[in-house]
Amino acid sequence: MATLTQSYALTADWRDFLALTKPRVMTLVVFTGLAGLLVAPVKLPAVLGFTAILCIALGAGAAAALNMWWESDIDALMKRTASRPLPAGRMDRQTALHFGVGLAFFSVVLMGVATNWLAASILAASILFYVFVYTIWLKRRTPQNIVIGGAAGAFPPVIGWAAATGDVAMLPALLFALIFLWTPPHFWALSLFVRSDYAKAGVPMLPVVAGAKATRIQILLYTIPMTAAALAPWALGLAGPVYGVAAALLSAFFLLLAVRVLASRAVEPAAMKAEKSLFAFSILYLFASFGALVADRWIGA
Amino acid sequence: MTPAEQDEVRRRQRSRAIIMAVLLGAFVILVYAISIAKMGMKG
Repeated sequence: MATLTQSYALTADWRDFLALTKPRVMTLVVFTGLAGLLVAPVKLPAVLGFTAILCIALGAGAAAALNMWWESDIDALMKRTASRPLPAGRMDRQTALHFGVGLAFFSVVLMGVATNWLAASILAASILFYVFVYTIWLKRRTPQNIVIGGAAGAFPPVIGWAAATGDVAMLPALLFALIFLWTPPHFWALSLFVRSDYAKAGVPMLPVVAGAKATRIQILLYTIPMTAAALAPWALGLAGPVYGVAAALLSAFFLLLAVRVLASRAVEPAAMKAEKSLFAFSILYLFASFGALVADRWIGA
Repeated sequence: MTPAEQDEVRRRQRSRAIIMAVLLGAFVILVYAISIAKMGMKG
């Protein structure tokens, strides 16, 4: 067994380590973190800003690696995740654990040294929250897993802001709320059309436990407060009209798609056009909203 | 392990070692740049 583990560890390619950090999820984390940094009233020297974003990316990568370490058993059962390095047998679990813990410590310490320890503490809290509260505690126990787990993904703009200012204010808190409320509709739309996979792995995703109809209602129920959170920075005078108009248009379209999902009666994943459009648009929505906020700040300045 | 497998393991070890060296080099440069930036801020 020892030889087997050793040969696994030796054959893990560098690409397997990269895959462990879920680079595609990281792009959204980096983008929202960068937005938090750029809209902050304090300007950091470029190299420190770069380091702060690097640390957010590495922290997210560490959390993803630890998530894969814990979930290799269920990843093996789902088509979407079966080819990840651990379930595919290209890397042993201990290597993934060491890589994740090492990367987590590295990202937090570098953040503290380069910017400030408030930003480093929030980064540490977000990694711990994602690994312990979401991955280990809630994901397999409650259909509300996504709601609480979404908080982990909502931290980057707060961390970016804290790295620049050494403080947390109303605007980053609203950006936290926006991502937090965006996560359930985003993931539930996905889980509607990959439901069979989650069911096979025994993950209590909302469509598995409560059915598609309840999920479609919940998607709309979260989209309404999400819209409020998106408009709040403008309503409270923390952002200008460029952001206000963009947020209003994007949120209106999001609501429209959520209503279409509510009206959908599709049962087969192939027929779930409304659900797939909402999922695809939800990604664009977050990029565009944060992009508009940064553009608004630059135009206003 | 067959000779072909051994070669593959060596190839991967080599590529991992090269990437580690590049990352360490980049880290050294980054820490230097951070130090300069932080000293600039204090001044």
